[in-house]
Amino acid sequence: MTRDNSYAAVLGRKNEIMKRALGIDFDDFIQSPIAFDYERMMRETGYSHEDIVRIQTDSKVGNTPLFELKNLTEAVRKVSAPGMGATILVKDEAANASGSFKARRASISAFEAQKKGFAGLIAATSGNYGAAVASQAAMRGLQCIILQEVFDSRDICQPEIVEKSRACEAYGAEVLRLSVGPELFYMALRTLEETGFFNASLYTPFGIRGVETLGVEVAEQVRARFGKDPDAVVITHAGGGNVTGTARGLLLAGCAQTRIVACSVDLGGLHMASDTDFNKKSFTTGHTGFGVPFATWPDRVDVPRNAARSLRYMDEYQLVTQGEVFYVTELLTKLEGLERGPAGNTSLTAAVTLARQMDRDQIVVVQETEYTGAGKHHNRQLSFARENGIEIRVGDPSGNVPGKTLVLPERLDQVRGKVQDMDRLRLSYLKNAAKAHPVDQWNENDYAFVAADIKSEEAWVKLAVSNLENK
Amino acid sequence: MSVPKGSWVEIEAVLLKPEERAPNLPPDTAKVPYLLKVSGFLTEDSELGQTTAVRTLIGHEYRGLLKIVNPSYAHSFGATVPELLGIGRRGKA
Repeated sequence: MTRDNSYAAVLGRKNEIMKRALGIDFDDFIQSPIAFDYERMMRETGYSHEDIVRIQTDSKVGNTPLFELKNLTEAVRKVSAPGMGATILVKDEAANASGSFKARRASISAFEAQKKGFAGLIAATSGNYGAAVASQAAMRGLQCIILQEVFDSRDICQPEIVEKSRACEAYGAEVLRLSVGPELFYMALRTLEETGFFNASLYTPFGIRGVETLGVEVAEQVRARFGKDPDAVVITHAGGGNVTGTARGLLLAGCAQTRIVACSVDLGGLHMASDTDFNKKSFTTGHTGFGVPFATWPDRVDVPRNAARSLRYMDEYQLVTQGEVFYVTELLTKLEGLERGPAGNTSLTAAVTLARQMDRDQIVVVQETEYTGAGKHHNRQLSFARENGIEIRVGDPSGNVPGKTLVLPERLDQVRGKVQDMDRLRLSYLKNAAKAHPVDQWNENDYAFVAADIKSEEAWVKLAVSNLENK
Repeated sequence: MSVPKGSWVEIEAVLLKPEERAPNLPPDTAKVPYLLKVSGFLTEDSELGQTTAVRTLIGHEYRGLLKIVNPSYAHSFGATVPELLGIGRRGKA
């Protein structure tokens, strides 16, 4: 039998391919074109929190150290107003098998795939998640295919993604390296259909429940050491799973007052599907090219309903520049003796800004680090940017222009970040929801779902959509 | 150049020609083909630049043009970026 593998035909078979490759019947949870029973879907993964802890302990994941960054905290206090400068803690997630928090996300999918008798796992990702899936597959004796967007039409590869190709192959995975384009999803569908493997999507309840342990560990470790809850936890945000899983874990542990601060690298002005913009980026994830669209409409992914719903949990959203993150990455190395990958330090950069605005007796937690190495290093990203015609200089980071100029701050007090207007993000979500399901057809359940999904009140949602309608 | 069966190689295949690609792509992406590169063991004696097949690390077969024999990872830490050297030095604010 030959299948029609044209773009339209493969996308047309999406639902049946997904259903077979996950074993989750999303129809069971869906209530309308926008609403679904999110909490029931998360509960019915079949795993309790204790199960997840046990699976992760068995698969070299979790229980990572929480370090106090005393020298960086001291440096921040020197540039803060008297009495200001919160203690900065970092959760060293690089200590997980595969070197990032993504191992938490992959561990439950790999367990589920093995339990259901799948021969292998597939994930379409250019990030740390690929290595995480490949590593978990390796220890379970499962086969693994990772699809990555790696090179542009000049055949130039982004060095960080090359390192991830290497890591995946090192763990024994088959790596399908693809040119620039959103057809990564098309190829993932084709591969799922041809192999019958499990879809280790980033956005299933398994993936997100796996990150909850990170939030619980942060709560327990901060309490054990400081006798109180963290005041703020800063979380790098791209597709939404890191924010969602960590925040759910903190809530599970009872940290109801902890501020959830999402953070992304500002890549405003660069087109994510553009062949020419591809190698002008110095960050391949944790940036606004994913962060904003996924916050304002989570259901744009490779599963019918996304378990990663960041606006449901975030209290604040900070943007930082590429130059600020590279500067703080170098500071972490020099001041704290911790050399870690730059993408994982996005939240550390926002934490520096935040700590300056918080009291000295408060605690801000950076909830991840990632491994570093050739390609996956701030020096390589900067030298690669220079090779691609980006101007690099030292100065005020407000001069950063993604794709053109990358400015490294001269001093710590220049690391400022930029706070996003949460209501603007919520309105953008509402516009997307109205596109998916016309507002005049929304019932009370839709309003209740949407209000919870953007951490707002139904009254605010009703007023906001009526203003949208009148425009 | 003739490459013996069983060699570790990289092949390249066109998955979608420009006119077959996803709709609504930016113009620079829309005008180029969508390509796949994959490494594996050659299934037959082959010529560089000719169509052939490989078997991957997990045994799947892919067809494409034979591009590289013994593909390697040569990514690095890059040329030193002097602007980084001034950051966080002791005895300096």
